[in-house]
Amino acid sequence: MFSQNPVMNGPNYSFSDTPRTKGEPREHRFNPYTDNGGSTLAIAGADFTIMAGDTRHTSGYSINSRMAPKVFKIGGSNSSQDDATIVLSVCGFAADGAALRDQLDTICKIYRYRHGKPMTLNACAKRLSTILYGKRFFPYYVTAMLGGLDEEGKGAVYSYDPVGSYEREQCRAGGAAGSLIMPFLDNQVNFKNQYVPGSGEGHDLKERERHPLSRSQVETIIKDAFDGAVERHIEVGDALQMLIITKDGIEESILPMKQD
Amino acid sequence: MDHRPQAWGRPRDDVYGAYDASFMQNNAPTAHTQQPIVTGTSVVAIKFKDGVVIAADNLASYGSLARFTDVKRLRPFANASVVGFSGDISDMQYLDRHLTDLALAEAYDSPDSARLSASNLHRYLSKLLYRRRSKFDPLWNHLLVAGLDDQGAPFLAAADLLGTTYSSPSLATGFGAMLAQPVMRRYAPDEESAAKLTREEAVNVIKECMKVLFYRDARSLDSYSLAVVTKDGVEMKENEKLEDQSWAFAERIKGYGTQTV
Repeated sequence: MFSQNPVMNGPNYSFSDTPRTKGEPREHRFNPYTDNGGSTLAIAGADFTIMAGDTRHTSGYSINSRMAPKVFKIGGSNSSQDDATIVLSVCGFAADGAALRDQLDTICKIYRYRHGKPMTLNACAKRLSTILYGKRFFPYYVTAMLGGLDEEGKGAVYSYDPVGSYEREQCRAGGAAGSLIMPFLDNQVNFKNQYVPGSGEGHDLKERERHPLSRSQVETIIKDAFDGAVERHIEVGDALQMLIITKDGIEESILPMKQD
Repeated sequence: MDHRPQAWGRPRDDVYGAYDASFMQNNAPTAHTQQPIVTGTSVVAIKFKDGVVIAADNLASYGSLARFTDVKRLRPFANASVVGFSGDISDMQYLDRHLTDLALAEAYDSPDSARLSASNLHRYLSKLLYRRRSKFDPLWNHLLVAGLDDQGAPFLAAADLLGTTYSSPSLATGFGAMLAQPVMRRYAPDEESAAKLTREEAVNVIKECMKVLFYRDARSLDSYSLAVVTKDGVEMKENEKLEDQSWAFAERIKGYGTQTV
């Protein structure tokens, strides 16, 4: 008499009420990523590290903001971050960058609360790698860099790919103009392809000896690197933010750049 | 009488025929907002020395059809901030209900003055949007939040469907980012010049921008809402009309080249 009897004929309500299981595939056309441009640069010195980035925030050909910093202090004991010792820079998709920054900052704060001391740069670097790899199959679309001083007080820079491969380096440029800046750094920081004048020809040439640069030299190199990038890349410009990490704390400076 | 409770209240097949469940059966996956349907166009806003001016027109388009001409896209929150919505209107209405609940819950804890400043509200909304995009179920909106921050300084910031956030002395969404931003940046290129603008100047700049947008944005309307947020609260005007439009020059234009009459 009742063909719709739920018990006799199995599930046959007039509306679809089957519970959805977790992880069931769905079809979408929505793209969860975008690129907000900008470029970052980090150089480690003998007893200091400088993390720099431009402050332009773009989408397509539009400038969203001329003052959107992408270099952040991490793991201070309060929200003003005035006692922080580690600096993070993120470049790429800004929303993922902000989410990554918030997460790493929270982890560093919890570490400080549990252990009664700030996280070392080395430990923080490993932790950042696992955070990034935690989203291996829906990555944070950012090139991250971490800077500070190591346990011996020497300047240190760690650079990452979006899924957490990382390496300690002397210097690294990332983001939109990374490919413009990096060869310049190879030449000016690591003295690549520079030889001692008059030391011979061909294989007899002696390489110019590497030595750590002074703080003022590094600041000049960073300014020149960004000025060069601003001229040649449309997504870079507006202002240059530099965070200088020394044993006495973190200094911030913001210099104007071309706004075109 | 049928003794089986499962069958109670169901139409009898011998009287009504078997129910054809295929009418209601939906085997497709749950549909999230995959593209905006009914949409609102630009929201524009600029900071001045005591607060923020924000405006959006009253149109909700259905594709190229100007379907709903009385949709208010500015929403005051706790008489302390204003959220301007562009993008999908159903998602805007969802967020509006969500904010009503939030305002209610907040009013229990702090009935006399707003506890959430505009910067708190912006952070809340941007986290909400970022969470939804990470679930691949975005709220298809681009919002501007205007008001004052925790220090009482003018606050203006944007958040979009991807959870991207940014702040600037003047902001505009959609078409406004191309047409209104250059106009507003003439008056407020940086924070210092925005802090020198008077309220009257800021309102005039916004009115000028709404006019430029009506001239050149095919999804815009000449009736709009305009809100001014200061420390004294939100002043909302919801049925403004564009004034002093210039169309007289059109009489002299004939043909597309050589035609003279």
